[in-house]
Amino acid sequence: MDLFSAHSITKLYSNHKALDRVSIDVPEGSIFGLLGPNGAGKTTLIRIINQIIAADEGEMFFNGRKLMPNDIASIGYLPEERGLYKKMTVGAQAMYLAQLKGLSHQESLTRLKFWFEKFEIKSWWNRKVEELSKGMQQKIQFLITIIHEPRLLIFDEPFSGFDPINANLMKEEILAQKEKGATIIFSTHNMASVEELCDHIALIDRSRVVLSGLVREIKKTYKTNTYIISYHRGEESLRNFLPDSFQILEERADPDHQYATIKLPADATPNDLLQPILSRVTINSLQEQIPGMNDIFIQAVTQQHPELK
Amino acid sequence: MRKIFLIIQREYMTRVKKRSFVIMTILGPLLMAGTIVVPMYLATRTNEIKNISVLDETGIFLEKFKDSDNFKFHYLVSDINSAKSSFTKSGDYALIYIPKTEVTLPTNAIIYAENTVNISVQSYVRNVMSKQIEELKLQARLRELQTDKNEPVSVDDILRSIKTSIDINTLKIGEDGKESKSYTEINMVLGMVAGILIYFFIFMFGSQVMRGVIEEKTSRIVEVIISSVKPFQLMMGKIIGVGLVGLTQFLLWVVLTFGIVTVVTATMTTKEIKKTTTEQLMQRNEAISPVTADALTIKQAEPKQGGNEVIEAINSVNFPVMIGSFLFFFLVGYLMYAALFAAIGGAVDSEADTQQFMLPITLPLILSIILAQVIIQDPDGAVSFWFSIIPLTSPVVMMIRIPFGVPYIQVILSMVLLLLGFLGTTWLAAKIYRTGILMYGKKVNYKELWKWISYKS
Repeated sequence: MDLFSAHSITKLYSNHKALDRVSIDVPEGSIFGLLGPNGAGKTTLIRIINQIIAADEGEMFFNGRKLMPNDIASIGYLPEERGLYKKMTVGAQAMYLAQLKGLSHQESLTRLKFWFEKFEIKSWWNRKVEELSKGMQQKIQFLITIIHEPRLLIFDEPFSGFDPINANLMKEEILAQKEKGATIIFSTHNMASVEELCDHIALIDRSRVVLSGLVREIKKTYKTNTYIISYHRGEESLRNFLPDSFQILEERADPDHQYATIKLPADATPNDLLQPILSRVTINSLQEQIPGMNDIFIQAVTQQHPELK
Repeated sequence: MRKIFLIIQREYMTRVKKRSFVIMTILGPLLMAGTIVVPMYLATRTNEIKNISVLDETGIFLEKFKDSDNFKFHYLVSDINSAKSSFTKSGDYALIYIPKTEVTLPTNAIIYAENTVNISVQSYVRNVMSKQIEELKLQARLRELQTDKNEPVSVDDILRSIKTSIDINTLKIGEDGKESKSYTEINMVLGMVAGILIYFFIFMFGSQVMRGVIEEKTSRIVEVIISSVKPFQLMMGKIIGVGLVGLTQFLLWVVLTFGIVTVVTATMTTKEIKKTTTEQLMQRNEAISPVTADALTIKQAEPKQGGNEVIEAINSVNFPVMIGSFLFFFLVGYLMYAALFAAIGGAVDSEADTQQFMLPITLPLILSIILAQVIIQDPDGAVSFWFSIIPLTSPVVMMIRIPFGVPYIQVILSMVLLLLGFLGTTWLAAKIYRTGILMYGKKVNYKELWKWISYKS
């Protein structure tokens, strides 16, 4: 079932359409990636989901019914532009933000104590935010985002501004939240994180969804039946043994092996590739070339706009 | 509601705990008390008795002005021109001239002096004159009542019918005998102080609101917050929170100043208890018929212990109206301007960018202060009227006018328009604010602001 879905969201600004009939469906328990180049409208969509700004057209559903203003209590949002009051102490600030989320004073205190202990940051409670490093501040922000145990978590560019260690920490926490049953939407243009984390994606380009669905199905449709084969160095080029319908895209070599990237005819299988060469060369490995999200991203965007090629 | 309360609470607590707030709260009253206490102290130090000559052409006030420790009255029998010329030579402190009137009772006096006349002298003269005239009127009224016993009568009616206001002009008279008007009337001082306080308060706390909004923008916390609350709630929470800080500071100033002044004057006057003007008047009232004397006593400002002349003069002002309208114009004026300050804060990225938008906001405020001089000279003129009605200038200008006495209808009209102005600016500001706080790194101009205002919510 979809925890959240948006139907045909349109947002107009005076001189342009920020979103043009954008629809997304976020299944419960999934990690949903919102991809797209800068300025495509990701942040606008996220702000609409958070009801920070209103859409001009379209409807949104949460948990099977229309999204209501007080559903924000079930949503945790970590914006791309995020920060904390510099002059306030960490504890007071966390208490303030937790209570704004609708938690009672006592509840906020209990939960925060728990998390501060878990993250081993109890000693920060009375320190001012300006005394903390950026990574430390991000930890606090993350903690505040999840403190009210929302069913839907929305992260806008969660990895921007992180060093690799903290980015990894963040990733683990996101996965941990998924384990706990939260549904997660995050926007990014970091394709590596998409492959690692996302089950579903929607690719937004120039205010429209140009591609959406399950990551593994998208990858399947973008597969080109291409394989990389490696064999011993010094042996004859495979070109000599393969029928013309097998297209050799690239050949290269390192001190030990030779490699060939071969595009098979649509109806051919890897077996058809191996048969004619098995007795001729010593095969080291055979691997299907799976398109990376990066390639799919670029391909999808350039397909929409051939002039970019 | 709980959320807006949380916001107000945070805005209030973080500011009240600041060191600058504590310092301002202590320094303010010390300064203000100083300006009151020091002249008083100096006045008690000088044992010099000031001579005041009185030229009463009506003859009503003969021997009514009583000598005090600081003032000695003597009565002249001459015409005004020779009185003036002898006054410039005599070295007397002041000359009180009550011109002759036909038919009506005299209600105005002119005080001539070489320097500005002490406000206590003025209020004393005013009090003596109005009491005397009211007494005369009362006696006439009582005679009337005795002849017509059937007429229903209430003390209130009598009091209202005899109420008299006295016009006092103060003129500076030079060595050469040339006259020029001087302004020392207590209502002028009060009006100016109230107007300047409002001006100061709006600027100080309005820009605190603006800085608070900019802080939230630059620290990038604003989007985190508005994912939990509506931008309007955040804006109003901040405005109200900062307003309460201002009110707290103001009340602390008043209470502390009053406390300091009371303590100091008490210690200063224990040695020497002066008979106050008020006490003198009280005694006089006791001589009249008991019923009306009681009524008059109630009406009378309570006798102040310590008998300070400045405080006495201040007592002559209608304080309930003054304080009530001050609080109203103070708060609603602040609310109206604070919304505009919040909108500017929301539209810009840093304080340096605020310049271009500040002008239209500061202009009406500065204009009100510039106009103060004109308004004091002619508190009922067209300029005074219009600027005390237009919402952007009314908080300051109306407060300058009120001590002089403004028809209630005008005050109410001004208040209603100010409330509408507050609603209008808040509505406008909210639109700019909610778009502005989500814009980073964008140079904004008026055209852009207009676009934001016209976005639908």
